[in-house]
Amino acid sequence: MAEVVVVTSGKGGVGKTTSTAALGAALAQGGENVVVVDFDVGLRNLDLIMGAERRVVFDLINVVQGDAKLHQALIRDKRLENLSLMPASQTRDKDALTEAGVARVIDELREKFDWIICDSPAGIERGATLAMRHADRAVVVTNPEVSSVRDSDRIIGLLDSKTAKAEKGQRLSKHLLLTRYDPVRAQRGEMLKTEDVLEILSIPLLGIIPESQDVLRASNLGAPVTINSPASVAARAYAEAAKRLRGETVEISIPAERPSFLGKLFGRRAVA
Amino acid sequence: MSLFDLFRRRDSAPVARNRLQVLLQHERSAVGNNDLIARLHEEILAVIAKHVEVDRDKVQIKLDRGSVASTLEIDVEVPSPAMPARVSERPAEAVGG
Repeated sequence: MAEVVVVTSGKGGVGKTTSTAALGAALAQGGENVVVVDFDVGLRNLDLIMGAERRVVFDLINVVQGDAKLHQALIRDKRLENLSLMPASQTRDKDALTEAGVARVIDELREKFDWIICDSPAGIERGATLAMRHADRAVVVTNPEVSSVRDSDRIIGLLDSKTAKAEKGQRLSKHLLLTRYDPVRAQRGEMLKTEDVLEILSIPLLGIIPESQDVLRASNLGAPVTINSPASVAARAYAEAAKRLRGETVEISIPAERPSFLGKLFGRRAVA
Repeated sequence: MSLFDLFRRRDSAPVARNRLQVLLQHERSAVGNNDLIARLHEEILAVIAKHVEVDRDKVQIKLDRGSVASTLEIDVEVPSPAMPARVSERPAEAVGG
């Protein structure tokens, strides 16, 4: 039974695309058949983060409008054969996405894959509402920062009212993915703590991704961080989040790089 | 900058948390109101449409929340020759407090 997951946030730049790529790759590394779908029409980037920008021929809009078959637009990852990408169009605008067209494409993808991970554009406009429309679950990507938390709260409201599941009176499960987290700064009272964000947004925690240089290095190289540096703290955190998505019980930890001087000073230890 | 400032400056996270809690409590109720307005809009439109032909865009509904009382403002523009000009009722009804 296929699961449609929307990765959304409201605010831009919090790590939706990075998280879509990393979670999608982690699920595929765990043996699942995965497609990551870029809904950011006109500002596509998932192709670049996945390192497939030179392989795009047809895109989501072509398939929605019936100009290309599904298999023509799907790009199979060169590193993981059970991971595919459906790119967005860079030249068209979001109005080219029709509700009926998106519904048809999602239904077709459900036949082929175990997981359909939809990378939502920022904002609350058409592109974002269509990305969440057919989701069974939502991953709400949030930074421990006031504007991101506020926008996530707004998105949670939309997930509860504007999705097909919500309109049918069904429950859409929502998960919080806290990204760019700095445990040392949170401990010092300089940054919102995980507990603060959880209390405000009141949705269950999927994972905490610490701020990490490996994420930028991975996107520079065009590889999800879980493929490029699987031993890094960010990759481990994403891999654990992916396991929780699959229903496994994995205790939440904030993986640390190494016990730094400050970490020792404030009593934090590295989590192996 | 005194040593005291150095320590005080650090505690910004609790401020962020409190600001968010106050703001979101307000914003969540405002979003709830939007749904109320949408429902009222549809139902009022249905009642009017039973008696006169009216353009959906010519029915404006506004809810103002005050500290003591709130006002619901309904502005219906009915086309001539059914009626000469605009029928404006204000405030039509008080809602909540």
